[in-house]
Amino acid sequence: MTDWTRSTAAELADALANGETTSVELTQAHLDRTAAVDGAVHAYLHVDAEGALAQAEASDARRAAGSPASRLDGVPIAVKDVLATQGLPTTCGSRILEGWIPPYDATVVDTLRRAGLPILGKTNMDEFAMGSSTEHSAYGPTHNPWDLDRIPGGSGGGSAAAVASYQAPLALGTDTGGSIRQPGAVTGTVGVKPTYGGVSRYGLVALANSLDQVGPVTRTVLDSALLHELVGGHDPRDSTSIDQPLPDLVAAAELGATGDMSGVRIGVVKELSGEGYQPGVLARFEESVELLVKAGAEVVEVSCPTFVHALATYYLILPAEASSNLAKFDAMRYGLRVYPDGVDAPSAEEVMRATRDKGFGDEVKRRIILGTYALSSGYYDAYYGQAQKVRTLISRDFEAAFAKADVLVSPTAPTTAFKLGEKLDDPLAMYLNDLATIPANLAGVPGISVPSGLADEDGLPAGFQVLAPALADDRVYRVGAALEKLLADQWGGPLLAQAPTLDGVAR
Amino acid sequence: MTDTLLTYDDALAAYDPVLGLEVHVELNTASKMFCGCSTVFGAEPNTQVCPVCLGLPGAMPVVNGKGVESAIRIGLALNCQIAEWCRFARKNYFYPDMPKNFQTSQYDEPIAYDGWMDVEVDGETFRVEIERAHMEEDTGKSTHVGGATGRIHGADHSLVDYNRAGIPLIEIVTKPIRGAGARAPEVARAYVAQLRDLIVALGVSEARMDQGNLRADVNLSLSTKGSDVLGTRSETKNVNSFRSVERAVRFEVQRHAAILAGGGSIVQETRHWHEDTGITTSGREKSDAEDYRYFPEPDLVPVAPTRDWVEELRATLPENPTARRARLQQEWGFSDLEMRDTVGAGALGLVEETIAAGASPQAARKWWLSELSRRANDAGVDLVDLGVTPAQVAGVQALVDAGTVNDKLARQVFDGLLAGEGTPEEVVEKRGLAVVSDEGALSAAVDNAIAANPDVADKIRDGKVAAAGALIGAVMKEMRGQADAARVRELILEKLS
Ligand SMILES: [Zn+2]
Repeated sequence: MTDWTRSTAAELADALANGETTSVELTQAHLDRTAAVDGAVHAYLHVDAEGALAQAEASDARRAAGSPASRLDGVPIAVKDVLATQGLPTTCGSRILEGWIPPYDATVVDTLRRAGLPILGKTNMDEFAMGSSTEHSAYGPTHNPWDLDRIPGGSGGGSAAAVASYQAPLALGTDTGGSIRQPGAVTGTVGVKPTYGGVSRYGLVALANSLDQVGPVTRTVLDSALLHELVGGHDPRDSTSIDQPLPDLVAAAELGATGDMSGVRIGVVKELSGEGYQPGVLARFEESVELLVKAGAEVVEVSCPTFVHALATYYLILPAEASSNLAKFDAMRYGLRVYPDGVDAPSAEEVMRATRDKGFGDEVKRRIILGTYALSSGYYDAYYGQAQKVRTLISRDFEAAFAKADVLVSPTAPTTAFKLGEKLDDPLAMYLNDLATIPANLAGVPGISVPSGLADEDGLPAGFQVLAPALADDRVYRVGAALEKLLADQWGGPLLAQAPTLDGVAR
Repeated sequence: MTDTLLTYDDALAAYDPVLGLEVHVELNTASKMFCGCSTVFGAEPNTQVCPVCLGLPGAMPVVNGKGVESAIRIGLALNCQIAEWCRFARKNYFYPDMPKNFQTSQYDEPIAYDGWMDVEVDGETFRVEIERAHMEEDTGKSTHVGGATGRIHGADHSLVDYNRAGIPLIEIVTKPIRGAGARAPEVARAYVAQLRDLIVALGVSEARMDQGNLRADVNLSLSTKGSDVLGTRSETKNVNSFRSVERAVRFEVQRHAAILAGGGSIVQETRHWHEDTGITTSGREKSDAEDYRYFPEPDLVPVAPTRDWVEELRATLPENPTARRARLQQEWGFSDLEMRDTVGAGALGLVEETIAAGASPQAARKWWLSELSRRANDAGVDLVDLGVTPAQVAGVQALVDAGTVNDKLARQVFDGLLAGEGTPEEVVEKRGLAVVSDEGALSAAVDNAIAANPDVADKIRDGKVAAAGALIGAVMKEMRGQADAARVRELILEKLS
């Protein structure tokens, strides 16, 4: 019997179209896989077996009637718990939203439902997407399927681990500073952060509105392109969404998969490698560049001097926006409500204070304090105002670099997956994980992470990042798909084939 | 605690009042500022809400184009510059009736800025400079249950209605108004009254102060006479009638002056206005520590009205208030004094609408400035909030013109109208107020009066026509006032000639 969980989403779509399987069969297969391994991985915060199977049945009925709702109709998907799902819990990995069932669907979730993709469940994440390890989830960390003692990246470690451990062929993530790409890198999967405004944010519980983007989390570049094309495009409910058609992403991925890179100029960003990067990660990166050159690409070195300020800029803008976004969690209308101990007839303010004290974790509080400070009168110009100016300079560096190169490349993350707990007490070390991914969010440009191999030191996956100018998302698919193909030819299959099977893992 | 006051004259002898007015106008758009929810007033609590205006996690705002249009038209009518590019900003503070714990407003980039409005006080024109007019959303409404005062302190619990949350508001802020001197209270009142007229003429709001469509905050400070230095100001919130604006300014001038004259200093604070007692009391202290942490709203794109659109909107503006007053005075044939009194009573629009409904200019003026002004004054409300419409006034006058009622009965018709007894005709019907035109009954009453007053009748027969008044009185008494006095006189003279 075919193990459908090993198939890509594109393969599943074909199998459904050819009548080789049913949505119920493959949805059940993924639910079974979750039952077998998620006790050890903890990719999901909530599994909706009943709902997913009901959607699968409806999908099969559409197929039988000859009217599938989309190419991916019937292919199941996991959704990061930061996206509002009507009737399904949405906690954002926080205690403060424990028990909240949204009365509405995020636009992308609505799109999934209309297109017929059964929603398997909601995936784990760092609380309110603040973190690079998923250890800041209030509901316990997710474990990396390559080594259960290690982090799966973050904040979208749940989505990446679900896909890497074959619990879902597809997942949706969100990327504010690397939360899709860095987990992709450390779990040997593919993740894409689209151009800012390319995918609706309506229903995405905002971390930092000017940086957040919803994007695909998959095992192949083509699958990402399929999912991206499905959820992307203009949404009148998101004023920042771009009102123009997406480029043809699937075609770009298919073009890349021919392995021909002639005519493509690849810019290696000087500031995004070297010191601070693990030797094994750098070695895989350099080999990948060589492969692309052999396939016909032209390589140029580019310098983006302001990128060294990207991390500082990010940690002013993000907390500022987040501190305001998170103010709404006050126990008045939904979510957790905590009455202060020993206070008779507490006031609304006292309940707000007690709830926010109990409901938010330390990292969230840290960033609320940072952001509140950065926006305070007297400090605004020096911090938030200054950060916005640097942000403009970073965008200019990108423009200059893209005048010389069609895409920019770098390692996705400076290291492979570190041990759970290793950096928990050192926020700055944790923040450094996103060094290479943050500039794209500040400038709103698209980026992809594809597996580049295993680092020699620890045998763990490393990621290769491709960045393109805003609106040119097709370029990251072309280059990503080319590298994926060239590496698969070397390895004799996808990198994930080398991951532990997790068969018989302890629950 | 009762504040000590200096007399108004003493206060003015030593200090110059400096005014600042902030008026919030609730727009009458069909939907809210950032979502599609209805704005209809008076619905069941929390029925006109959605994820956006409830601030549910993940929901995002979308700007209501009609709200922007109204803001621009208000800005243009106030002779403002219209920004080529401006943004919304978040004003961050915690309050249970604010769903997101920030208000989406505008900060340093208002849609309209640098304008003016000429207001008329006792026939003289006073220019009020406008600092800015900006767009924002309203908050929800809290009701405090179980306390004696209806305020949050002492209440058992509070109920919040979010139907109002997200309704579009335009906040219009004046520059400091100096040089009004002793007339500062009247200038403040005239500004708010004429601003309301303008808003009504623009058709962008219901502009009912009693329903909170138009809310005024009155800022006041005193400068020592001859000094340019601004004093510390107080902000009296939600002063919700024209006459209250005037009274609040007067009270604050006297309160500030007493403190300053006693060597004290003014606390920068917000104050509550008490309509019943006519005083202000201390609200929360406004220190520099109050920090709204404004920053541009990242979920919205900038508003950039094209110049073509702005010019299109300019072409839709109503006539400017000064030109309008001149035109109406000429059309109506009012004397300068009549016109000044009409404007001063806040009755210009009411008189205009009454004339449009069919009354003569003098009749319309007479009702609004005498009978109805008296009633409004007794009730302590503005004329517009009295509860009588221009159409009803025109209806009453039509009944007078037709001889159905006389002036005295007409006043009783107003009693019925205020009691909600229906149209003027229905009131006349229900209360049996019509003048009796039954000649038989009238003739009998005249005969009775003649028979009961033979001496008077003789005098009239002798040609002393002036004596008829006594008989008319007797007839009217018998008819309980429901007779046309002129017709009674005619009958008496006929019978005694
Ligand atoms: Zn709404």
